[in-house]
Amino acid sequence: MSCLQDTSLAEANSFSPSMPISPSSMINQYKFEDEPELKDLFVTVDDPESHITAIETFITYRVVTKTSRGEFDSCEYEVRRRYQDFLWLKSKLEEAHPTLIIPPLPEKFVMKGMVERFSDEFIETRRKALHKFLNRIADHPTLTFNEDFKIFLTAQAWELSSHKKQGPGLLSRMGQTVRAVASSVRGGVKNRPEMFAEMNEYMETFSHKINILDKIAHRIYKEEREYFNEMKEYGPIHTLWSASEEDIADSLKGVASCIDKCCKATEKRMAGLSENLLPIIHEYVLYSEILMGVLKRRDQIQSELDSKVDALANKKTDKDLFSEEIGKLEDKVECANNALKADWDRWKQNMQYDMRSAFTNVADNNLRYYEECLATWESFLASQTVDHHGEEDSEDRP
Amino acid sequence: MFVLVLMEDCLAKKMEITVSEAEKRTGRNAMNMQETYTAYLIETRAVESQNEGQCSPVDSLWRRYSEFELLRNYLLVTFPHIVVPPLPEKRADFVWHKLSADNMDPDFVERRRIGLENFLLRVASHPVLCQDKIFYSFLTQEGGWKEMVNETGFQLKADSRLKALNATFRVKNPDKRFTELKHYSDELQSVISHLLRVRARVADRLYGVYKVHGNYGRVFSEWSAIEKEMGDGLQSAGHHMDVYAASIDDILEEEEHYADQLKEYLFYAEALRAVCRKHELMQYDLEMAAQDLTSKKQQCEELATGTVRTFSLKGMTSKLFGQETPEQREAKIKVLEEQIQEGEEQLKSKNLEGRDFVKSAWADIERFKEQKNHDLKEALISYAVMQISMCKKGIQVWTNAKECFSKM
Repeated sequence: MSCLQDTSLAEANSFSPSMPISPSSMINQYKFEDEPELKDLFVTVDDPESHITAIETFITYRVVTKTSRGEFDSCEYEVRRRYQDFLWLKSKLEEAHPTLIIPPLPEKFVMKGMVERFSDEFIETRRKALHKFLNRIADHPTLTFNEDFKIFLTAQAWELSSHKKQGPGLLSRMGQTVRAVASSVRGGVKNRPEMFAEMNEYMETFSHKINILDKIAHRIYKEEREYFNEMKEYGPIHTLWSASEEDIADSLKGVASCIDKCCKATEKRMAGLSENLLPIIHEYVLYSEILMGVLKRRDQIQSELDSKVDALANKKTDKDLFSEEIGKLEDKVECANNALKADWDRWKQNMQYDMRSAFTNVADNNLRYYEECLATWESFLASQTVDHHGEEDSEDRP
Repeated sequence: MFVLVLMEDCLAKKMEITVSEAEKRTGRNAMNMQETYTAYLIETRAVESQNEGQCSPVDSLWRRYSEFELLRNYLLVTFPHIVVPPLPEKRADFVWHKLSADNMDPDFVERRRIGLENFLLRVASHPVLCQDKIFYSFLTQEGGWKEMVNETGFQLKADSRLKALNATFRVKNPDKRFTELKHYSDELQSVISHLLRVRARVADRLYGVYKVHGNYGRVFSEWSAIEKEMGDGLQSAGHHMDVYAASIDDILEEEEHYADQLKEYLFYAEALRAVCRKHELMQYDLEMAAQDLTSKKQQCEELATGTVRTFSLKGMTSKLFGQETPEQREAKIKVLEEQIQEGEEQLKSKNLEGRDFVKSAWADIERFKEQKNHDLKEALISYAVMQISMCKKGIQVWTNAKECFSKM
């Protein structure tokens, strides 16, 4: 039983991407947001491929969509997209929903210099982040029905190109951003509701902490890798030693084997870190920037209203014309606020869930590591004490 | 000197020996310059039989490291057929970053104290070494010990390094077992140093991993301040990360004792080589004496029979300047015959000495091998026990942390 048959929703999304969503429709969407069995859109990003032309080299990724939704002509799509296309989608979503939290995209370049551009590691990290990006959109109660999103998932390359050329251009987008920056420079908005003032405060601290966490997590990875590198050399020395010995050769080989096994276990632990915690924390570093931006855009929408209200107070004539305009702006502000509030709550819930599962995963990785090492050393110890008892027995015999 | 001692009763069984304290001292050295050094308190007490209930009094005296060195050098020269236990290192080596390489560092001094005690116990439990009077006086006689040692004149008996090196290169028929033993001791030294170096680096890295986790504590705490539901879980998880970070200090401290056990055998390798060198020297001496004897016998024969088999300057000069008178020749032969007789006796006794040396040295080497195998196996087992303890601690901390995370 799907609520997707609600045509008012479809209309609001398909035909007027720049119209704010009415609060009532948001509530409808909110209802079935947390029911995973009703998920009817599945997206994967895989198979990076290199394309070399005369002008440039770039990577495309395969985007596969499986869906049972009525508005899709088919139930399965396979398209190839490049990073630019993802950037386009993100900016279209930001345009359409200025006070919704649009998920982060992986960065254009990696500044740290740890990973080379277009190295396998870089491409894989990016692929995973792009996959995350599309899935976050697919799971979002509003964004999942965005028309540009649908086109992104389904259009062939030439169709997408021609669609991209339509719609508000680069300049209007830049204009919005400029206004947003300008208003933030002026020191925020006068009548910012307490709720959003609190959100701002929260985001400032969160942003600071998540950045520190990002550094810590990377540092831990680095230390674990250096430990792994030294361990690789440690085990074989014992094997080398065993070649000069007779009586203790087996013990030495045993220790060598234990160290080697612990070495492999440490490699798994590292891999777990880089596959789970590192990407999640990094995503939330980017999210914190996005959220600051969303809060600024909300402020900007409100300051539009505030300045018009101020202007009205000064003018004596044309009050009716103004009040209609103000009425529209007031609606706009209310919609923006409600959209942001709902999305904020949703984001917080997701963040809590993501952090909990990421750190629990770290704990599990470490537990698995220590348990493996423990088993290895315990079995070595058992083998040594068996030998001891064996020796004692032979001494007892006359 | 080379008599094999079969008694099991050694000093260690009759006397309790400990190096119980270490103290910083200042004094004046041989050049009348002020210096700081550490003195170690040696305490000894006669072991009571089980029937008596009373404890006998404790005797004690202070010794510094250089006195231990003097004792060991004396033992090396006096008992060249014995694998003499090594002293703990003079300077801190194979350090990882946290440990200081400073001789005055309290951790280093403490580990050295243990090493010196171990040295005394090794000597006291050695069937041959424990009977030495100089050793006994080292433990019991405070004043005048240095003079006593020097009076033995052991420094004069010491073989020069150059002589020993020469022998090593020129000896023709050393006992194969000693040659193999020399190779073994070289390999042992090389592999243990390598192992200790890498272990120090591994310890360094492990320290880094643990300590970095400590950073979680503070940031979790600060983050928890802005979270309503996640706050408690974050805060308590942070506490466990602090515990995790702190736990590495004890773990690595314990490992340092394991490293010291390996170091002892690293230094033992040198003692093994010293015994092999002594054998080579004695063997070379023997070969030279035999060679000398052979050539004298030959000379004698030539003089007696008048035939010159080998070229000699004397032969040439006598041909050029005339032969000797029969009386002169007789005198020469007589001298040579005396020398030959002396030489043969010397050769006999050198042969005997050599054989005795090989026999008793090899007995001690067998004893040493058993000790080494036992000690190293125990050390490896203790290493495994340490690793197990570290893993168990890790499991506990991360289990606690996981519980906190699940409450986030």
